[in-house]
Amino acid sequence: MRNPLSKTIVEIEPSGIRKFFDIVSEMEDAISLGVGEPDFDTPWKVRDEAIYSLERGRTFYTSNAGLKELKVEIANYLHRRFELDYDYRSEMLITIGGSEAIDIALRAMLDPGDEVLIPQPSYVSYLPCTVLAGGKPVIIDLKEENQFRLTPEELEAAITDKTKIVILPFPNNPTGAVMEKKDLEAIAEVIKRHDLFVLSDEIYAELTYLERHVSIVSIPGMKERTVLISGFSKSHAMTGWRLGYACAPAQIIEQMLKIHQYAIMCAPTTSQYAAVEAARNCDEDIAQMRDEYNARRRYLMHRFEEMHLQCFEPFGAFYMFPSIREFGMTSEEFATEFLNRKKVAVVPGTAFGACGEGFLRISYAYSLDNLKEALDRLEEFVAELREERQGA
Amino acid sequence: MREKILSYIETNSRVDLHDLAIIMDSDEATIMNELEAMENEHIICGYHTLINWEKAGIEKVTAMIEVRVTPQRGMGFDKVAERIYNYPEVNSVYLISGGFDFMVTLEGKTLREVSEFVSDKLSPLDSVLSTKTNFILKKYKDHGTVMTEQRKDERELVSL
Repeated sequence: MRNPLSKTIVEIEPSGIRKFFDIVSEMEDAISLGVGEPDFDTPWKVRDEAIYSLERGRTFYTSNAGLKELKVEIANYLHRRFELDYDYRSEMLITIGGSEAIDIALRAMLDPGDEVLIPQPSYVSYLPCTVLAGGKPVIIDLKEENQFRLTPEELEAAITDKTKIVILPFPNNPTGAVMEKKDLEAIAEVIKRHDLFVLSDEIYAELTYLERHVSIVSIPGMKERTVLISGFSKSHAMTGWRLGYACAPAQIIEQMLKIHQYAIMCAPTTSQYAAVEAARNCDEDIAQMRDEYNARRRYLMHRFEEMHLQCFEPFGAFYMFPSIREFGMTSEEFATEFLNRKKVAVVPGTAFGACGEGFLRISYAYSLDNLKEALDRLEEFVAELREERQGA
Repeated sequence: MREKILSYIETNSRVDLHDLAIIMDSDEATIMNELEAMENEHIICGYHTLINWEKAGIEKVTAMIEVRVTPQRGMGFDKVAERIYNYPEVNSVYLISGGFDFMVTLEGKTLREVSEFVSDKLSPLDSVLSTKTNFILKKYKDHGTVMTEQRKDERELVSL
């Protein structure tokens, strides 16, 4: 029999820390700091709208690009929150989470051999989606001394005449890094000079703790070369609803819409009706969740300082990215040993790229009580390791 | 700052000073002073515990009594309210707009105990015109907390 598989997909590596995940899934009574989704329930009024839409029998396809009512609300929301202006008729597409938007944006923009600059550590899907779209991923290693922000020098150094797209994953999973306006202005200048495009994944835009998130779209000359990707998963605690969106110049949306139309049809109708309420009436709910995350962030920062665990202060998303280099173990070794000894799951930094080596991703999408218990165990573990290293 | 502290401790009154200072992005001395000041000013009136008595297997009867009264000259409703809230059996007394004047909640061990209070203490008061006693059959939610449910974290242990 012939090999049924495509070489391209076979050559894409599964997540680098599969072994660690296998151990985690076997562990029954572990507690966790390992999730990448909010611990809050979707606000009840949003769930209620979904139930209502089902009661009314709204169970058909929507138009391919999404419900008009929802697109109008998202346009209002983006204007209200981030001073962005998009035409809901031609510059917006409702997708199955931010994930689909990443995939189809790359497929709509890449030709074979085009290079895509991917800053890492970052979310795991940019690289395989680039490969599947025929592009060539080029990794930029972000540095802790720059607070894991992308600098114009790093960007410049990675650009070749094949470079087409720069991915901007800020606020960042897993580091919690943000890019402030001045940082964006600095790299925007390089991007414009080299005539590149940007895929800006702003799914964590609502979760910033320094000041309100600034989108690169708002930098003059960038809107026409940026695909903005966002969604409701993190901001509105709606991960399971699978609802996101892309905003981009009409000519890009038009091509993305073709892929979406043939591969997906439309985003789930129930989720779209729920999201109308989310975009329209939930600013207050978001603010409450943000305050709560921020309190936990400060708590963790404090605990790390107390146990002398080095960590730069992150101002976005709901992750901390402490360094474990002092223990002379790889991230995966540390995470495995921590899980085995203390029954706490954290994610090795290497899950998000090779340059995540020496770091852990700690999520604070947990109640303060849970965080306390987990951090007590981390403190014990760190003390034990230091003692063992001294004895050795 | 006060509002932030109050809204936090309203549902987390057992948080220790050290943690509260971190959560409020302040220091322990400042928080301590604010708390003491608010206790002295009677802004913070107590630190209570929300108990599901039913689960503890302890019988309690709670009634919400609608009371119509005649306000007293020069004192309005306040004097009448005082006569009512001074009874230790009374949990809360609210002045209400609408079809009656006071909502009085009362907790007793038995139905009989509650009804005796109404007939022997409350109704005979000079200014009380009428009462209507509503017994609570089941408490679903109290002080913003759902009494019945115990939620488990159903998320995967690890997700990227």
